[in-house]
Amino acid sequence: MLQLLIIGLLVAAFATIPVAFPWLAFVFTLVLAKGFAALGVAILLRAGLISIGHALFYAIGAYTVGFLSQGAGVDLLIPQLLAAAAISGVAGLLVGLFMVRYRGIFFAMLNLAVSMVGYTLLSKLYNVTGGTDGLAIATPSVLGMTLSREAFEHLLLYGGLGLAVVVCIVAHRYLKSPMGEALSAVETNEIRLEYLGIAVPRVLLFAYVGSAILAGIGGAIHALAVGHITPDLAYWTTSGQLVLVAVLGGIGGVVGPFIGATFMESVRSFAAIYAPDVWNIIIGAGLLIVIFFLPRGLYGLIERIGGRRDGQ
Amino acid sequence: MDLILPMLVDGLAASALIFFIAVGLTLVFSVLRVLNVAHGSFYAIGAYVAVVIGGFVMSAGASPWLSFPILFLSAALVAALLGPAIERTFIRFTYGKPEAVQILVTFALFLIFEDLQKLVFGVQAYYQDAAVSVLGISDIGGIIYLNYQLLLIALAVLTVLALRLLMRNTRLGKMIVAVVADPEVSATLGIDTRRVYAAAFTIGVFLAALGGALASPNSGVAPGLGAEAIVLGFAVAAIGGLGQIEGAAIAAIIVGIARVVAIYEMPALEPVAPYLVMLAVLLVRPYGLFGAATQRRI
Repeated sequence: MLQLLIIGLLVAAFATIPVAFPWLAFVFTLVLAKGFAALGVAILLRAGLISIGHALFYAIGAYTVGFLSQGAGVDLLIPQLLAAAAISGVAGLLVGLFMVRYRGIFFAMLNLAVSMVGYTLLSKLYNVTGGTDGLAIATPSVLGMTLSREAFEHLLLYGGLGLAVVVCIVAHRYLKSPMGEALSAVETNEIRLEYLGIAVPRVLLFAYVGSAILAGIGGAIHALAVGHITPDLAYWTTSGQLVLVAVLGGIGGVVGPFIGATFMESVRSFAAIYAPDVWNIIIGAGLLIVIFFLPRGLYGLIERIGGRRDGQ
Repeated sequence: MDLILPMLVDGLAASALIFFIAVGLTLVFSVLRVLNVAHGSFYAIGAYVAVVIGGFVMSAGASPWLSFPILFLSAALVAALLGPAIERTFIRFTYGKPEAVQILVTFALFLIFEDLQKLVFGVQAYYQDAAVSVLGISDIGGIIYLNYQLLLIALAVLTVLALRLLMRNTRLGKMIVAVVADPEVSATLGIDTRRVYAAAFTIGVFLAALGGALASPNSGVAPGLGAEAIVLGFAVAAIGGLGQIEGAAIAAIIVGIARVVAIYEMPALEPVAPYLVMLAVLLVRPYGLFGAATQRRI
């Protein structure tokens, strides 16, 4: 119970802090974008699969919004988000059909290779993607209402927060379902799972498509919040950051990746003001500390408080 | 048909540089079983150190021929300073841990090194091409080549031979082979496995730094170099089969030639060529061209 209470308090704090500090609204929207994608990566990490290529689906989500806005002139928020989720899901299915045959380092490297192909195509196909100049995204209208940029940014933040709560509940139920529990069993011992009559490729494909959709939604929110997208979204360092965020926050619970994203984006924006040259050092050192001393991530801290009190 | 010879020489010259990136990565993986993302940082640091020392010595009016020993000495300097220190403080805690942990620890090191490079060397690009200009050019079949490129091909071949000699005919090499085969039995036979790990990692850092140093006279050095190098290294090491030194050499040749063919035929596709080759190879042979399948435990 206490654990839920803490999570509730965190969500409330997340919603109220941007009211007091309006400049943080943009940072928090990016937190949600990264959080969605990192949640996708975290789901795969539960099966022991580390993807250094999920930035591809992040970029696919973002470029779907970009094409709709700039190419097709569809400036409507809901269709843009749905299209981003659908197209990244289809891409996830196509790539996933190959990926589920691989484990460990080879899974990591193949994801890397596919995302680097995607990155290169995004930067080289100048006529379609704008090359390294990227695409600009107009502020879309929402349910027939044309909003000012400021109002739209608020809507994106709070709408995104609501979506995050819903997605977290769905993801939590999925992870507690037989399909979800099978994921951690894949890491523990895959062959035993097969002997139990569970089709491991199907379990993994389901997780892969789900994680691609989450990354696509994150990318779409990123595109809408920033208003401009470049191929760098698909570069491998972005993928690395997503894994980093997932592990920093902790993959034990669905809230973990969002906590990790809050930590990373806060460090990034504070470092941009006070110490612009060392933010990678701070993030890297934070990651090392978490890996060596907090194996369950920042979310593990909440679990520890919640678990101890519940046990009394 | 006139294009075959120039394509071959161009391809081999490109392969030599790619080989230097991949060989250290694959060596470290074969001994430590750690996929080292920070390898790209060592490559970039090697390039920076070589260019800075080279620029300093050249501006003092030394003979440009001195730049060759400087390339090797800078790589040795980087390896001696960083190799044992990094292995003993961070890498050794990841032995036997899940791959995700190993990749993340080295990724964290990569991020830290990225900023350290910017703090130490700034964000401007450096050039120091004394080594290229002093060697001049030569004419093969009517096409002009930089002699430096031909030297790189020779150096890559020498490196393969030297590593082979090291592994087969020296005490350290035999200890490394024993530790790769079975760390526990090696330890009971009196091999200090900790020193073998540190030595293998340091050789890996040296090869990475040497790769960066050798590439610097031709292409200079600027931020982002490490990130580009490491993905290319991954692709080549994976194609050859992780942990296979000769495999890395052959994979480097395949990738180098694929890139050059792409440049001649479809220039836009040149950067994708290594990854397309990697996808094609891994789809057919999941453990790379020369990698052996590992047993799955029940």
